[in-house]
Amino acid sequence: MKKIIIKILAVAGDFAENKDIAKDLRIRKIMPALLDKKVVILDFGGVSGTTQSFAHVLISEPIRQFRDVALDNLEYKNCSNAVQEIIKTVYEYMQESLNDNN
Amino acid sequence: MKVHFSNSDYLAYIDRFLNNLDLSNPHDLNISSHPKWINVHPALLTLVASLAMQVGKNNVKFDQLTASSGSYLDRMGLFNFTTQHSPYNINKKEESGRFIPLTVIKNSTEQSKFITDMIPLLHLPADKTDSIKYTIGELVRNVLEHSLSEDGAIVAAQYYKKSNTIRIGICDSGIGIKKSLQKYWSSHAKTDLDAIKWALAPGISGTTSKEGGTEDNAGAGLFFIKSIAQVARSYFMIYSGSGIYKLLLRDKRIENPQLHPNPDDDRHSARNDVTYFQGTLVAIDLSLDNKSEFTSLLAAIREVYGKAIRERKKKKYKEPKFV
Repeated sequence: MKKIIIKILAVAGDFAENKDIAKDLRIRKIMPALLDKKVVILDFGGVSGTTQSFAHVLISEPIRQFRDVALDNLEYKNCSNAVQEIIKTVYEYMQESLNDNN
Repeated sequence: MKVHFSNSDYLAYIDRFLNNLDLSNPHDLNISSHPKWINVHPALLTLVASLAMQVGKNNVKFDQLTASSGSYLDRMGLFNFTTQHSPYNINKKEESGRFIPLTVIKNSTEQSKFITDMIPLLHLPADKTDSIKYTIGELVRNVLEHSLSEDGAIVAAQYYKKSNTIRIGICDSGIGIKKSLQKYWSSHAKTDLDAIKWALAPGISGTTSKEGGTEDNAGAGLFFIKSIAQVARSYFMIYSGSGIYKLLLRDKRIENPQLHPNPDDDRHSARNDVTYFQGTLVAIDLSLDNKSEFTSLLAAIREVYGKAIRERKKKKYKEPKFV
């Protein structure tokens, strides 16, 4: 399976909070790659933290739209504990809302 | 408009400051102060800067500034919002540091630059800065997205070594929380105070009637900030329109405070009869003494957030009809 790697540090800095950047990544890179059934690796190496808003804009729509394809093909690399917690939060509430829509 | 700085304008006594606030004449701003000592929370400086931007530099006047500690107003950049010259002679190169002067942020690029640049000003260890970056990042973003303020967000902060606390203020002169919730949540935003409380609930965004938000807004920002404040045993306050909600300090002896999705369940004070202010002011005194890591704090918030969303959805489930 083909993979793409997105290095968050290079576009969002060492504290990822800019939602415009997250939205741009989502629209231009993440969604098209998932549509092509590619594995998307979000590499948070060098990023100390992020906001829930940033993570939400980055991955909530892919999860809502592609569901299992997104949950299976989105991978997270080099995450700090704080980044992991934020991503886990978005995963939890998004999957709750998926259950709602089923 | 009239503002008075006293010798103890902390968040604990903010009601006194607001009771003296006179916003009746929107064409000029008169700032008076205690003759001997001025001690003002950065949030109140952001409020005054916001008012000054509304009336224009030429219409902002300071009355007899005699307190030597009034030089703090100069240091924090308040004289940049008036044509009046500062009576203080401060050497800005000899900063004792640990403060972020009044800064206007109008877009996300400026916000990112500000968040990168502010941390060195505070001279804090890296492990203490995540909660500060998080708080300021989310609150400024809220202003840029929801306030519709032409003046953007005004931010200021001060670190206090003795209490190991950073006091942060963020203000805008936008439409206020009540109006930003009117489109989708009018029944929950009948008063300014109702609107503030509803905005603090998890999963509520002014951009949609859908609980849980949209692809661009989850409606979680303010709930997270309130929770960070509560765990860190910090003051947190929102003032918008004529409403004010203030999270009070929890008991020191409680090590693991319970987080509540409903702001009414938190130890707080609230009023809906404050001098009407068109925009929104958020203040937080973030204690950096908290022993638990920011990560475990986020884990606790995640748990409560998920539970709150599940319980609210459950309330909407239809019951079986047993006939």
